[in-house]
Order: sequence, then C-alpha cells, then structure tokens
Amino acid sequence: MILQAEGVRKFYGEFCALDGVSLAIKPGEFVSIIGPNGAGKSTLINVLTGVLRPSAGTVRFKGRDIRGIGPVALARLGMARSFQLVQIFPDLSVLETLQAAVVSRLGHGTRLFASLRRDREVQEGALEVAELFGLSEKRHALAKELPQGDKKLLDVASAFALRPEIILLDEPTSGVSTADKTGIMEILVAASRRIGLKAIIQVEHDMDIVFGYSDRIIALHQGRVLADATPAEIQADERVVDMVIGRKQFSGRPT
Amino acid sequence: MTGRVVLALAGAAALAFPLVAPTYHTLLMLPFMAYGVVLLGLNLLFGYSGLVSFGHALFIGVGAYAGAFLTGRVGVRHLEAMVLVAVVLGALVAMPVGALCVRYVKIYFGMLTLAFGMLFYTFLLKFYRLTGGDEGMPVLRPFLLGRDLGAIPKTDYLAGPYYYYCLAVLVVAAICMWRIVHSPFGLCLKTIRDNPVKAESLGVSVTRYRWYAFVISAMYAAAGGALLGPPTGNVDPTLAYWTHSGNLVFMTLLGGFGSFFGPLLGAFAFIYLQDFVMSVVPYWRLIFGAILAIIVIFAPAGLMGLFTRRRPAEVSRG
Repeated sequence: MILQAEGVRKFYGEFCALDGVSLAIKPGEFVSIIGPNGAGKSTLINVLTGVLRPSAGTVRFKGRDIRGIGPVALARLGMARSFQLVQIFPDLSVLETLQAAVVSRLGHGTRLFASLRRDREVQEGALEVAELFGLSEKRHALAKELPQGDKKLLDVASAFALRPEIILLDEPTSGVSTADKTGIMEILVAASRRIGLKAIIQVEHDMDIVFGYSDRIIALHQGRVLADATPAEIQADERVVDMVIGRKQFSGRPT
Repeated sequence: MTGRVVLALAGAAALAFPLVAPTYHTLLMLPFMAYGVVLLGLNLLFGYSGLVSFGHALFIGVGAYAGAFLTGRVGVRHLEAMVLVAVVLGALVAMPVGALCVRYVKIYFGMLTLAFGMLFYTFLLKFYRLTGGDEGMPVLRPFLLGRDLGAIPKTDYLAGPYYYYCLAVLVVAAICMWRIVHSPFGLCLKTIRDNPVKAESLGVSVTRYRWYAFVISAMYAAAGGALLGPPTGNVDPTLAYWTHSGNLVFMTLLGGFGSFFGPLLGAFAFIYLQDFVMSVVPYWRLIFGAILAIIVIFAPAGLMGLFTRRRPAEVSRG
C-alpha cells in the first residue's frame, strides 16, 4: 500500500464530515473519489494531504503517519496535489512556475547567490515538464494571462514537476470546456507514465472522466464510503447509481 | 540593452558627481547611498516577498548605533569593521524579531514590525547611560581601508573618500541583491508573494523563506545605518522612530517596488525632493503627503513605472 487511511473521522464542531472512512491505494492505481456535494470529498482530500488533522483514525503514506504534517513536508515525502479552484502564481511565467517546483524538488531553494538561469538541472527539468504538458510554446507567458484551460494545466503540471510518487487531483477538469477535458486527461495520463508516477487519486464530478480513466472508484456519501469497487462493479451498484451518480448522468456514457 | 546603457550612464554620473557637482549636492548623495543600501534590502521583503515592514528603521538604528559604539566606546574606527559589525548585529536582532513577525502578513505584519521598532526606539531613548538618550551618541570620523583621514577637512573627507566608499558599498550591495533576487531563492520568494497556498503545495516553506528574507533585509538596513552616522557625526533615537520607517516605505513607493532599481530611484528622488521642498516651504510633510497620495492613486508602479514598459517578449502569448 502506498497510501492508507483507516477509520478516519473528522468533526467540525458537532458536524461529522467524515465518519470512519477507510481506503487503501496500491501502486499503479488510478482511483477516483466521487460523491454529491457535502459528501466529504474536500475534507478527505485535505486529510489525505496533511492539511487537516483527522479527529480520529490513521493516515499513512509509505508507512509513515502523515496526520496534519502539512503540505511542505508531504511534498518532500513524495505526494503532490492540485486544487479545485485553480492555483497559479499570477505574475510568474509558465516556465518560472515550473522552475519553482523543480527548485523545490532538488532542494536548491536556499542557493542564495546561484544564478537560476544557469542552473541547468532546474532549467531542463522545467522545460521537460512544459513540453510534456504542451506548454512549451507559452513558456514565457505570465500565468495570469493564460486561458482557463491552460491555467488548470499549469496547476497540474507544476505538481507533476515535483516528480511525486502519488498525486491528488481535486477536480482536474473543473471549469474547463468539455472539449478540453479529454485532452487534459490524456496529457495527464501520458505525463504520469513518463515521470513514473505510482498512483493518481482524483476527485471528479464528470462521470465520463471518472469511468473512462479509473481503475477503481470510491463513492462517498454523507461522510462514509458507500462503495469502493471497479468501474464495472460501481455501474452495477444500484445504491451508488441512485445516491451518488444519478440515473440521468449514468445513462450518459459510462465505459 | 537600454537598461544596461542607463545603468552605465548612472554609474558614470555617480563616479563623476563629486568632481562636477557642488559639494552641497555631493553631500546630499551620502544619505541617498546609505538609504539605497537599506532599500535594496527592504524591497526583498516589500517587492519580492509581499511584506510591508513599518519598523525597518529599527535595523537602521542597530547599524548606526553599532558604528557609534565601535568608534566612541570600543575605539575601533575602521568603517569596514563598523559595517561588518552592524550587519552581524542586524542579523542577530532580526532573527528572533523576524521569527515572530513572519508568522503574520499584511497589516498584522506591518503593525508587529512597527511595535518592535518602537520598542527599540524607547530602549534607545531611556537607556541613557548606554545610548546617550535623546542626545544620542557621537560617531567619530572612521578610517577608510585602514587609512586615518583625520587631517583633511570634514567636507573634503565626506565629498571625496567617504563618498566613493559609500558608492562602493552600494554597488557591492546591489550586485549581491541582484544575485539574490535572480537565484532559486529569489524565485521561491516570488512564489510566496504571489500565492502562499500554492507555494506550500510545491514544498516551499512560507514562514522559513519569509524569515530568511526578513533577516537579509535587516542586514542591509543595518549596513545602511552604519553609513548614515559618519556624515552627521552623531546618531540619535529618531533614526529608529516609526516616521523614519514610514519614510523608507515612502521612498520605496515613490520609486516603485515592482522593479529592482525602483527603490534606489525612490531614495534619490526623496532626498533631493525633501531638500528642495524644505528650502521652499516649511510644511514639507504636507507636500510629501500629497505626493504620496498621488503616487498611490495614479502611479502605483512609482517613478520607475513611468519609464519602463513590459517588453513584448516577456508576455509572449505563444
């Protein structure tokens, strides 16, 4: 197991956002977490990424307790994430954004008098990721001037530039046109193979994307795991279709 | 390319200044160069890390008093030693102060730095035996590069060797800062300024890097402070007073915190503008207040923003 959560509970005052969630991610898996609004997906992502400390239960990454250790330590351990609401550095260029991630990965951040431009390892690392994500043409553009789809791509690309072992993508295609969604996912899958990513966890609402790319789907409902199964098994689970996916969505294009 | 030409011209003008300009104006360049060093450091916090300190005069005070102590009490009169001790003391004071301040941002950071600045001001004012209270302490004329220049008249000393010494310190400080902001470290600071949440997700520790920037900026302020003392021959607590910190922020805004040389231009404009306005009207603060309002409303990029335009290559839309 690369990532394991057991009996995770999270209370906000009286409200129980996660009520005994257990999950395990194996190397090589692409896992999607689905659930209606308020099911606890965001809380779960924040617990898994060490931002929130669970009220009870354990979370282990590569066998280490990562409860509440925070994003900086987790990034060093080999877990990266992207955000539901796109997070960029508005006044930095595409290349600078990717360079920052590579600088962080290589631990060059405390090189006070070294020239960034002459840091070949950083330059090449950033360019490689820019090419991987089809951003090399726009590498000198400021992040704030990119179209929405590219901003999303840059957010994800910078997480990939950390060369993590596992990545958590919070709605990687939200706010992106339907036409661009598949493109982003294809890039993402290709990039994950190239950098040797061990596992991907995504929170996603678009069922075409969920059923098209996942090895396994975890359905959350009211803070509990309603189902944890393959796409085919989820497809056959009436409860999940009724409570999480919805008949209308489901009759769309599950694969 | 244009930038390099302008820089070369500015350098040549600075070198030739004492030879062609009246002594009065050459002497005005001394505080400009001292503040230039301070502002290079301050802008690492302000422009590159997004933190506005309202208490940075504290570190000017530390540097200036360190110099006064060395010349007056310890008997060390080498300016190199004064600057070095100022820098080390500035760093030592900034370490604990910064550790507390960088946990906060925006107005909370500003107010906390202001509070520490006022604490130090009060210390200078009240610990009379140690600091000389409101009268301050004398700064004896420093030796430059081991040479005792006590025999030449003071204005000749200041407008000659001391001027070039300050210019050299400013150039070295600028080169060091240029390297810092163009280093991987500088890039990490910019990520924090732009989006701390995203920076942390990429493994950049926001508080750690802010602390580094705070300590470095304090070292610069202390070095500048050490250079401010000798021209007046005296240091007093107003050096650490909050209005002095306010002037530093004003200078940075005036020149433009968005560019590397903006604060230097701001310091230059501030010194000469202050001198001019004070010679015309007694209410110079009123005029300066109006200027500050105009800058904030109409020219948020400061004086530098009027001269520079973003190069098209930098915003290529691919």
